[in-house]
Amino acid sequence: MNYADIVWVLISTALVMLMTPAVGLFYGGMVRRKNLLSTITMSALTLGIISIEWVLVGYSMAFGPDRFGLIGSLDWAGLRNVGYKPNPDYAATIPHLLFMAFQMMFAVITPALIVGAYVERIKFSSYILFTLLWALFVYNPVAHWVWAKGGWLKDLGALDFAGGTVVHITAGVSALALSLVIRKRKDFGKVQMEPNNIPLTLLGAFLLWFGWFGFNGGSSLAANEIGVNAFVVTNVAAASAAVSWMIISWLYKKPSAIGIATGAVVGLVAITPASGYVNALTAIVIGAVASVISFYFIRLRERLKLDETLDVWACHGMGGTWGALATGIFASKAVNPGGNDGLIFGNFNLFLVQLISVAVVWAFSFVITFIIAKILDKTVGLAVTYEEETVGLDISQHGEEAYGGI
Amino acid sequence: MKKIEAIIREEKLNDLKECLEKEGIYGMTVMRVKGRGIQRGITLQWRAGSYTVDLLPKVLVMMVVSDEQFEKVIDIILDCCSTGNPGDGKIFVSEVSEVIRISSKERNVKI
Repeated sequence: MNYADIVWVLISTALVMLMTPAVGLFYGGMVRRKNLLSTITMSALTLGIISIEWVLVGYSMAFGPDRFGLIGSLDWAGLRNVGYKPNPDYAATIPHLLFMAFQMMFAVITPALIVGAYVERIKFSSYILFTLLWALFVYNPVAHWVWAKGGWLKDLGALDFAGGTVVHITAGVSALALSLVIRKRKDFGKVQMEPNNIPLTLLGAFLLWFGWFGFNGGSSLAANEIGVNAFVVTNVAAASAAVSWMIISWLYKKPSAIGIATGAVVGLVAITPASGYVNALTAIVIGAVASVISFYFIRLRERLKLDETLDVWACHGMGGTWGALATGIFASKAVNPGGNDGLIFGNFNLFLVQLISVAVVWAFSFVITFIIAKILDKTVGLAVTYEEETVGLDISQHGEEAYGGI
Repeated sequence: MKKIEAIIREEKLNDLKECLEKEGIYGMTVMRVKGRGIQRGITLQWRAGSYTVDLLPKVLVMMVVSDEQFEKVIDIILDCCSTGNPGDGKIFVSEVSEVIRISSKERNVKI
């Protein structure tokens, strides 16, 4: 047991917790004023729903004793056998209970990211059902494959330092699948839908940046050099991507505030899987390229007339995909002896493994989410009535409004 | 020339803009307003109770149109913004004695 490690991972856990409501603010600023409360509430409530699911079965499914490399058994359900004693398979110097809590925050934020795909039209009850089913059938298995002892992608040698594949690719690709099932918003593509509060979006983005120090820096699970490196490259990639998005938007028109904030988030997404394996100079490249990729995928999404409302796929899905592949290209044993060397060091194998893990997680997330969404749509229905949508989800779903008074 | 002040449902604004555009009518001033008529408001939640909102959000569209266009514009507003339920709003009409364009300092501008 190392008490410095305990302090750092406790703080990191709290930092990652803050990211979930921050996602709500980030998304909330971009929707119309009548859906602001609903959007923030859906993002933030995953803290409520998934925290409970995680304690009851989630942690055991994701990290419990392995079954066939595919899923954890239920031996740790209800946190049985998860106590103060460290589990050397995951983190040898902190209580097993703390590792569980740190991972809980990752499980919480991932479905909160998907909220951006279906805002302004989903039924609140369907959102709760979807979030639960998605955690059970998509997040927990993928987390097991990539991170758990005995997980098949981990054994293959896939590197994902803090969740590029487990968090961002699953969320982004699931957002795409879901947007193909849920109906578009009324008048989508016909009427300008104006963001109600861009400062809120900026606040959310920069709180995400702050929280991400725990997300990546804490993934070393110790107060050590690798954590310091992750902390540094996280900041550099976010900075580089924010500047890069600003430049792109300036070339088209004007340097956009939402663009700078979105760029920062995309840079953070892309550095996530690589943060324990690359240095700061590489992080500049990873961040800059991430913005270019996501920017043009947003354009593609618009051309395809997809109502994946807040571009979770373009930002998290594609940012995470680039990050996972970039890990295969740039990873360096000089940065982290426990990692591996990537393509530029002549190691083709790691890149191939990253490619396989990306492809598998893309396919799995897409198919399972599509099935869950279809079943929900056919039974309870995913979307509200047009009338409820017109009034706005704040009043129709919650009986409250964001901006009261005159 | 007449001034039309139409108080309509928020959600009808886009429809109305589209219908007027089809007729080549673009000029309008739009305000977010709150108000009440015969309809007595709605009940919203507050932590562990509820409160009634008796001033409901509406949109006020102000337009000044020529006498020739007047009837057509009124018809469009009625077609577009009526749901048949209380809360659809009202239209107030008044005569306009003069329009002045600030940019050119022109008096008696014809709409």
